[in-house]
Amino acid sequence: MRYLPLTSEDRAAMLARIGAGSIDDLYVDVPSSAQLSGLVDLPLRQTELQVERALKDLAAMNTQAGETAFFIGAGAYRHHVPASVDHLIQRSEFLTTYTPYQPEIAQGTLQALFEFQTQVAMLTGMEVANASMYDGSTGCAEAAVMAARITKRSGVVLSGGLHPHYAETTRTVCEALGMGVKAAPAAIDAEAAVGELIDADTACVIVQSPNVFGTITDLSPIVRAAHAKGALVVSVFTECVAFGLIEPPGAYGVDIAVGEGQSIGNALNFGGPYVGLFATQEKYIRQMPGRLAGETTDADGKRGFVLTLSTREQHIRREKATSNICTNSGLCSLAWTIHMSLLGEAGLKQLALLNHETAIKTAAALTAAPGVELLTPRFFNEFALRLPKNAAEVVDDLVDHGVLGGVPFSRLNPQAGLDDVLLVAATETNTDDDIALFKSALEAVLEGDQA
Amino acid sequence: MTQLRSTRGEAGDGAPAPKTVSGSRGLLQAASLLFETGSADRSGVDFPEAQGLPDRLGGLRRKAPVGLVGLSEPEAVRHYVRLSQRNYAIDLGFFPLGSCTMKHNPRLNERMARLPGLSDLHPLQPASTVQGAFELMAELAHWLLELTGLDAVAMSPKAGAHGELCGMLAIRQALIARGEGETRKRVIVPASAHGTNPATAAACGFVVDEIGATEEGRVNMEALREKLGPDVAGIMLTNPNTCGLFERDIKEIADLIHEAGGYFYCDGANYNAIVGRVRPGDLGVDAMHINLHKTFSTPHGGGGPGAGPTVLSAALAPYAPIPHLVRRDDGALDLIEHAAEAAGQPFGRMCAFHGQMGMFVRALSYMMSHGADGLRQAAEDAVLNANYILARLKERFNAPFAASGPCMHEALFDDSSIRAHGLETIDLAKALIDEGYHPFTTYFPLVVHGAMLIEPTDTEPKAELDRFADVMIALADRAASGDQSHFKTAPRLAPVRRLDETGAARKPKLRWRPEEAFKHAAE
Repeated sequence: MRYLPLTSEDRAAMLARIGAGSIDDLYVDVPSSAQLSGLVDLPLRQTELQVERALKDLAAMNTQAGETAFFIGAGAYRHHVPASVDHLIQRSEFLTTYTPYQPEIAQGTLQALFEFQTQVAMLTGMEVANASMYDGSTGCAEAAVMAARITKRSGVVLSGGLHPHYAETTRTVCEALGMGVKAAPAAIDAEAAVGELIDADTACVIVQSPNVFGTITDLSPIVRAAHAKGALVVSVFTECVAFGLIEPPGAYGVDIAVGEGQSIGNALNFGGPYVGLFATQEKYIRQMPGRLAGETTDADGKRGFVLTLSTREQHIRREKATSNICTNSGLCSLAWTIHMSLLGEAGLKQLALLNHETAIKTAAALTAAPGVELLTPRFFNEFALRLPKNAAEVVDDLVDHGVLGGVPFSRLNPQAGLDDVLLVAATETNTDDDIALFKSALEAVLEGDQA
Repeated sequence: MTQLRSTRGEAGDGAPAPKTVSGSRGLLQAASLLFETGSADRSGVDFPEAQGLPDRLGGLRRKAPVGLVGLSEPEAVRHYVRLSQRNYAIDLGFFPLGSCTMKHNPRLNERMARLPGLSDLHPLQPASTVQGAFELMAELAHWLLELTGLDAVAMSPKAGAHGELCGMLAIRQALIARGEGETRKRVIVPASAHGTNPATAAACGFVVDEIGATEEGRVNMEALREKLGPDVAGIMLTNPNTCGLFERDIKEIADLIHEAGGYFYCDGANYNAIVGRVRPGDLGVDAMHINLHKTFSTPHGGGGPGAGPTVLSAALAPYAPIPHLVRRDDGALDLIEHAAEAAGQPFGRMCAFHGQMGMFVRALSYMMSHGADGLRQAAEDAVLNANYILARLKERFNAPFAASGPCMHEALFDDSSIRAHGLETIDLAKALIDEGYHPFTTYFPLVVHGAMLIEPTDTEPKAELDRFADVMIALADRAASGDQSHFKTAPRLAPVRRLDETGAARKPKLRWRPEEAFKHAAE
């Protein structure tokens, strides 16, 4: 077997040194009644070529995003990732190492995390950031729990623009802890309405900008209203490229900014692995979940980096930990920081601007179709359309035209009564031809319905 | 500038390493911070010009600069290659970090995960366009269920601890369905458990009740019996346990917990020792997460991403979270994304999408490569390697449970043999760094003093194990000779010396700030 170096002779010699007659002697503590007498009912070993063929066959059954006119967003975005990013994260020393528990031989990972934390704090306009979360949705849930720790309150209020999957993830985590969750009804431009739901037990309000419908919101009034009632504001985002062009959450004075970082450095990957970005103000760092890299010095006074404030974490605090998390999304955060370093200030701004312009052009083209209405008043690279027809059916019909034309809102939240709403995202990867194809396909699909 | 300060330190036995003017030392290049190297106007990405369309931002355009710096591509490549050379890795050498399963990461898996037909898929594409991806998930689920003998698997948990959360939330939901959600609040957790276990139980609103171990390092059955009662929700037990032992009484533990009306959560972090030899379902387990990044060799990536699919017994399967796959009558696979559409009563949702697809591809590629025969052989080799290390080292290092039977995939020692010479576990660990090894796991499990947990995995050839054992024995000799300073000043041959972790925690500095550029330049 190509991954196993021991030979039969090695095994025999080792058993002899151990003083065991056979490998079975090493499993004597396993109840004999439960031991398998033979192999489990699965295929036997295969060569590299065989495995490659089988997996390529599965891959070939899928419609790859890049071979269509692709306009899906709603929490994951298709961007171009420079070739050097994927090359660098596949270096053995990054790919095949562990959590940096021995900092003297993990300075590469630790410095990269320190730089990542700095870039996340800058991008979100916050004071500090952690070394990443599993993804945006789990980060959102952790933010709610953190707010409850800080305020010693147990209520959570969700805006009607929060991604429904983020809302469900947060509800699952909070309800298990006995925290009450109130959610405003789905609404395209009503982030500020969460203010009405704040009461004396509200730990935080969770708003999203750009929200799931793409709407950008000035969060200042929400921050004022929440703080006046002793509640924190958690600001969620799913498209981090936006902050190259729009005001970041930190500019509005939010307490926690959390969201999905997949757009930078990471492929769509059918939903994971992604990288959650989590930032807050300095005064809250000891209540923050997740890993943190910090700067320090070595015995010679030389700069170095370590994991720090681990007294918050489960391996020290056990049931009193701030979270049960014991990994971050290491390699995805590395991809994020490399891509961001390549972009830099100028590159990020240009990338964001191109996304915005592509979305403007897409919206203009699609709303030229009869009966199609733009619902999102202010947007970055994603917007909601009202169609003269059930959006889920339109999306299915568009597939036949080579268009992956967005997400029907009903797929995310079937109860909202927004069955005619389509969420459309555009990025720098969309060409004018893609937009033209989407437009003509949409017209054909809508016309076909009338015929 | 700081990065030009030359490094001190000694090479070998006392000969000082020459100071250098550049701060670099041979192949080890000096590495500045990104922010000390790049600038706001440099970029490693080219873009077309924008068209200057009127914006649709409603006046919410960013006012202040982000503050980022950029690097050209050659500068970026160098920056990260230099950083990479400050990391130890399994590809470089022996990495016997107990409980973490640092085994070889086959590169076929990386190639497969990057097939555009698998990586360039959006999680919300119409089901008709992602049947291959669904089939791959279903195939991986089939392998996991066949290997574990359980009834269902929740694929969405994103890491081991996330899988624990999934399993415990399923237990919570099952208790609620039985009308016992308010009365059964106590979860029994052995003192030797991973810290995530009590943290997870607490995150589900349970009260943690710790039980001790016997002298031989296993669950104290008498203590367990005393703990059982009508308020018990379940037990969280790692098996093989963190002392490296198989819980001999595991079936009785399962029976007792079931008779008491509770559920059995098994922490699957150590599942790699028993794959293909015994099925957790046959032992009475109700829920177990599987660390694909340990047992099925998806890369650890410097701390994630992991993946923690969680297998569930028939009793818990109805409460599995959304989303999950179902096969329609026409043979096509579809995703159940809403509780109302599910056959059971899902406890909720673990994350935005379907889980760590990139890790699923890698794990399936690994499992298919090994096959039923290779997976069992890998488990046996891991156990054989650990017992070989135990046999080679137990004369010189105290193995507190060596008399408790064979170890599984990891060998546990304590620091009693070096404490006599004024040294502790961390000193030996740092001396190993100078010898070119990643240290074992230090100070875990907490139930022994100065724990050293060594997990060689199935990746290591016998010659490598012998070299490591020889080094450990030589270090034991050196400790016995009274050469404390060799250990206390280690590491001296790593890119940095011992780091001030206390200072880092006392005055946390978690980011670079622009004003430091001036301060460093002035130095």
